[in-house]
Amino acid sequence: MTPSKPATIHQPSSAEIAGYLRPPPGTHPPLDSPPYKSTGLRAPSQAPVVLRHRLTEITGPLLTGEIGPNDHDLTRQHAAPPIGERIIVSGRVLDSDGRGIPDTLVEVWQANACGRYAHSVDTYDAPLDPNFSGGGRVVTDSAGNYSFTTIKPGPYPWGNHHNAWRPSHIHFSVFGRSFTQRLVTQMYFPGDPLFPYDPIFNSVPDEKARQRMISSFDMENSVSDWALAYRFDIVLRGREQTPFEEPHE
Amino acid sequence: MSESAQSELALTPSQTVGPYLSLGLTWPTGHLVVPEDAPGAITITGVVRDGTGAVVPDGMVETWQADAEGRFDHADDPRGASGSGFHGFGRASTDAEGRYRIVTVKPGALGDGQAPHIDVSVFARGLLDRVVSRIYFPDEVEANATDPLLSGLPPERAATLVAERVGPAELRWDVRLRGEGETVFLAV
Ligand SMILES: [Fe+2]
Repeated sequence: MTPSKPATIHQPSSAEIAGYLRPPPGTHPPLDSPPYKSTGLRAPSQAPVVLRHRLTEITGPLLTGEIGPNDHDLTRQHAAPPIGERIIVSGRVLDSDGRGIPDTLVEVWQANACGRYAHSVDTYDAPLDPNFSGGGRVVTDSAGNYSFTTIKPGPYPWGNHHNAWRPSHIHFSVFGRSFTQRLVTQMYFPGDPLFPYDPIFNSVPDEKARQRMISSFDMENSVSDWALAYRFDIVLRGREQTPFEEPHE
Repeated sequence: MSESAQSELALTPSQTVGPYLSLGLTWPTGHLVVPEDAPGAITITGVVRDGTGAVVPDGMVETWQADAEGRFDHADDPRGASGSGFHGFGRASTDAEGRYRIVTVKPGALGDGQAPHIDVSVFARGLLDRVVSRIYFPDEVEANATDPLLSGLPPERAATLVAERVGPAELRWDVRLRGEGETVFLAV
C-alpha cells in the first residue's frame, strides 16, 4: 500500500478515487444474445445505468473460503478415482497490468468424463460417475498462481437447438480484489471441433477475446505416468491511473 | 518494478454460470453475512423473476457492503481498512420459488454523499454476464433523495432499487430481470 496516505481520516470525493478500467467493447458477451435462447427471457431490456466507481465498487470480498483437504483435487473426493483423462489445470489470476492477484478464491465446476453433471437437473442419458462430484476450489498463492487436478470433462448436448452440443469446458468463478473485478467464465480446451457451433462460446463478439477462453496444452506441467496439463490464465480489469494513486512519483 | 507499464493484458471474457452452478458455488452459510443472532441482524429476501414474470429457480444473488459504521475491512479503501474482520459478502442461491435470503446488517453511510446501499450481483443460466444492481433502504428517505444514483433516475425506476420493509428486521427486495417493473441494472 502507498505509505504516503494522510494520517487523518480522509473523506474522499468520488473524483479522487481511481476506478477500474471499463472493459473494451467486444470483450464480454452482450446479455441479449439471441442464438443463446435463454437470454430472451432473462436479459434486461433496458440499457444498464453507468455507475461511477466509488468506495463500494473499488473494494470487494477478500475471500479465501473454507477450503477442504481435497477441494483442489477433484479426483480424490471419493473412495476411488473417477473414470476419465486425469489432467492438471493451472494458471494465474492477474489484473490487466500484469499483477498477480494473491490469496483469492477460485471456484470450479464441471461435467464428468461423459459430459454428465452430478446435478438433479441434468437429464442427459450418459452415466453418472459415483466417484466424481465435479466441484472444486483453490486459493491463489502470493503470485496469483492456482492449480487443481481433475479429469477432462466431456462435451454434452443441451436443448438450445437441434443437435446442440457444448464444447468441453470447466466453469470458473473468481473475485479478484474489488467488486468490479468479479468474473464468472468458462475454460475451453484447444482444438475443440464444437467451437463454431456453440452459441455460448460465440456470444463473445471479439474473436481474439474468444481465444482467451481456450486453455493451452501445457507439456511442461504434465507429470510423467500421471497426468497431462493445461494452462489457463484469467485476466481481470486493472485500475485507472489517477494522481491520487501516485501522489509523489 | 519489473512490470512494464505499456504491456496491458487483455481481459478474460465472461460466460454464463449455466444451470449447474450449485455444484461449484454452494456454501451452506453463504447467505450469512453475519450470524442470524448477531446484534442488529436483518434479513433481506426477495424473488428473482424473468421477462414473463416466471420465477428464476436456478439463479444466485451475491451482496457486497460496508459494515454498520460505513467501513470496509479492505486496504483499497482510501480511509484505511477497518480491521474489524467484517467480510461484507453474502451469497444465496434462489430456491424452487425463485427466492433468495441474506442475513446481514444495515450498512452505514460512507460519508461521501451516497445513501446506505448494498451492491448486488445476480447470476443465472441465460445471463452471459452477471447483472449488477443496488439495494437501498426505505428508512433513508432524505439520504436517498440526494443519492447520486437514485436522484438521477426517474422515480418509478429508482423505486426498483429501494427495499420494502416487511417486518421489524426484514426487508424485501425483488429482482425483475426483464419486462414490467424491470429492475435498474448498473454498468460497473
Ligand atoms: Fe457447463
